[in-house]
Amino acid sequence: MLEIKNLHVKLEEEDKAILKGVDLSIAPGTVHAIMGPNGSGKSTLSYVLAGREGYEVTDGSATLMGEELLEMEPEERAAAGLFLAFQYPVEIPGVGNMTFLRTAVNAQRKARGEDELSAGEFLKVVRAKAASLKIDAEMLKRPVNVGFSGGEKKRNEILQMAMLEPKMCILDETDSGLDVDAMRLVADGVNALRDAGRSFLVITHYQRLLDHIKPDIVHIMADGRIIKTGGPELALEVEQNGYAEILAAHGIEGVL
Amino acid sequence: MSVAVKQTPLEARLAALDLPKGGFSAPARAAALDRLAAMGLPGVRDEYWRYTNPAELNAAGAPRAKTFEVKDEEPIFDAIDRIRLVFVDGVFDADASDDLAAEGLEISRLADADGTDIHWASALYGALETAGQTPVARPLAALNTAAATDGVLIRVTAKVSKPVHLIYAHKSEDSDPILHHCIKLEENSELTLLENGPAGARFNKVLEVDVAAGARFHHIRAQGRDHERRAVTHIFARVGAEALFKSFTMTANGVLTRNECVIDMVGDDAVAHVAGAALGDGAVAEFHHDDTVFITHGAERGESRQVFKKVLKHGATGVFQGKILVKPGAQKTDGYQISQSLLLDDDCQFLGKPELEIYADDVKCSHGSTTGALDETALFYLRSRGVPHDQAVSLLVLSFLADTIAEIEDETLRDEISARLEAWLSRHRD
Repeated sequence: MLEIKNLHVKLEEEDKAILKGVDLSIAPGTVHAIMGPNGSGKSTLSYVLAGREGYEVTDGSATLMGEELLEMEPEERAAAGLFLAFQYPVEIPGVGNMTFLRTAVNAQRKARGEDELSAGEFLKVVRAKAASLKIDAEMLKRPVNVGFSGGEKKRNEILQMAMLEPKMCILDETDSGLDVDAMRLVADGVNALRDAGRSFLVITHYQRLLDHIKPDIVHIMADGRIIKTGGPELALEVEQNGYAEILAAHGIEGVL
Repeated sequence: MSVAVKQTPLEARLAALDLPKGGFSAPARAAALDRLAAMGLPGVRDEYWRYTNPAELNAAGAPRAKTFEVKDEEPIFDAIDRIRLVFVDGVFDADASDDLAAEGLEISRLADADGTDIHWASALYGALETAGQTPVARPLAALNTAAATDGVLIRVTAKVSKPVHLIYAHKSEDSDPILHHCIKLEENSELTLLENGPAGARFNKVLEVDVAAGARFHHIRAQGRDHERRAVTHIFARVGAEALFKSFTMTANGVLTRNECVIDMVGDDAVAHVAGAALGDGAVAEFHHDDTVFITHGAERGESRQVFKKVLKHGATGVFQGKILVKPGAQKTDGYQISQSLLLDDDCQFLGKPELEIYADDVKCSHGSTTGALDETALFYLRSRGVPHDQAVSLLVLSFLADTIAEIEDETLRDEISARLEAWLSRHRD
């Protein structure tokens, strides 16, 4: 599904390397988790994959189902099946949530050569999916993320994911700012989307999200690289012992 | 021996005009000429003309302007059942217009009405313009009152459901129309006025609106599709007790547009909202757009809103000068003013001058003015959801303008304006 090879990235504005050779291979239908201390490059990885400006790829490649991802515009990546759930979902005053969702869904359908959904068809689908995430009609009418609580914003991200039906979902610290109930709701939403043709990359600081979204493979990222890969037990190990031991074993000074 | 006497710019301007004598309007026209002589034409040294050079509006002759034939869209407001009044290069076109008789409305053409000495409009023609000359002089409005050759006089006696639509057409490259409209809304009456179209190579227009107690006036205007427009327009409104005045203007393109709005809130519990959405692309032709607003609260519990937004690109210039004056005794006034500009590139400029002047001690007044670029984070967010760059920009620009459009009460008209703004944005993608 997603193949990242030797990815090196620096900030465009300054000479600061953030990713220093990331290798990652995600098979269809699997859930990978990336854990790591602050400043390890986790969020940068998600932004670079989604195509945010401000970064320069100095080496390496990333392909999504064989297509060269890094040469595409952000909207082309989305149409190709990539989705990033933002750590900080953006507020867009003046654009209704429903308009936003419908514009996005139809733009992707158009890009893929499919017919656009009619207003009626769209409404039916969105209502059903919103209900399962406990997103009420009022929230759909409001401007995108404006005045939403932290939990509502993250549920709104998952609703977008459910509507867009991407192949490769990246969740960037989706658990941040969520209480236990909200996290369960979000996790349920994600789990409902798990299937053999869809993969997930879950970026998180903490193991607790992984209690709800069970990963197949866990990676530890530090200093711009993936330094350790293991099964779900690796997340438990981090939870118990922290990162210090793993970092020290790789000669990386802790930045905790 | 002869002495060469150099003409002043005002003398030159007046000499180039064929001043109508007027019938019922004759005294108002004569008084306006006197006012104008005392004021002189505006200049860049005048406080309220510092950001907009009036030279082309003053000049004896109008710069030529190409006529513009719109082929790629239906005329605006075409789907709405309305009474159409058409002016071609400033001359009323009876054949193209609808019947002037309508229930609750008394409509006459200024050029016709001026053939008589007695007309209801004699109490209104030039009266609000005169009142609006203090504390800030508006010479081009006085010029209009003195020199207007045509216009409509509308008296509204009931709630009228069909909007009156003033349609301007520009067919001669050197037409220089001066139009003066008067609208009198009797107590508890209601009217929606629509306005659009290129009026001429250069256009000077005054609209005087007297909104009596309990009456409601809605004004939706579209200026656009004439890139070489040079226009100065004035709205003078008097708003009575529990009366409502709402005016929205969409402006697209135009070399030089100055829209002034002077509102006098004379009755208690009056409401006045004035809004504008301007789009300028300096790559098509020069773009300079100026909104100058002056709202006076002279009674209690008045509510006024000024909402002006400008989207500028390729060297376009936007100007906003807005004032709220609260007179002594105008307690519980609620005055609000916001002016914002969105600069789509680095070579545009927005010049803003918000002013509050308050002589009552129990009022709520606020103003804000901002200038900014497109929110890159929001743009990325939209694109990451698959919305193509240009469409995402349009969506964000429309969201920026949303507050102005929200000032239009009628949903159909609101959608119509939104669609026009969207169409402009799609025509002006880089």
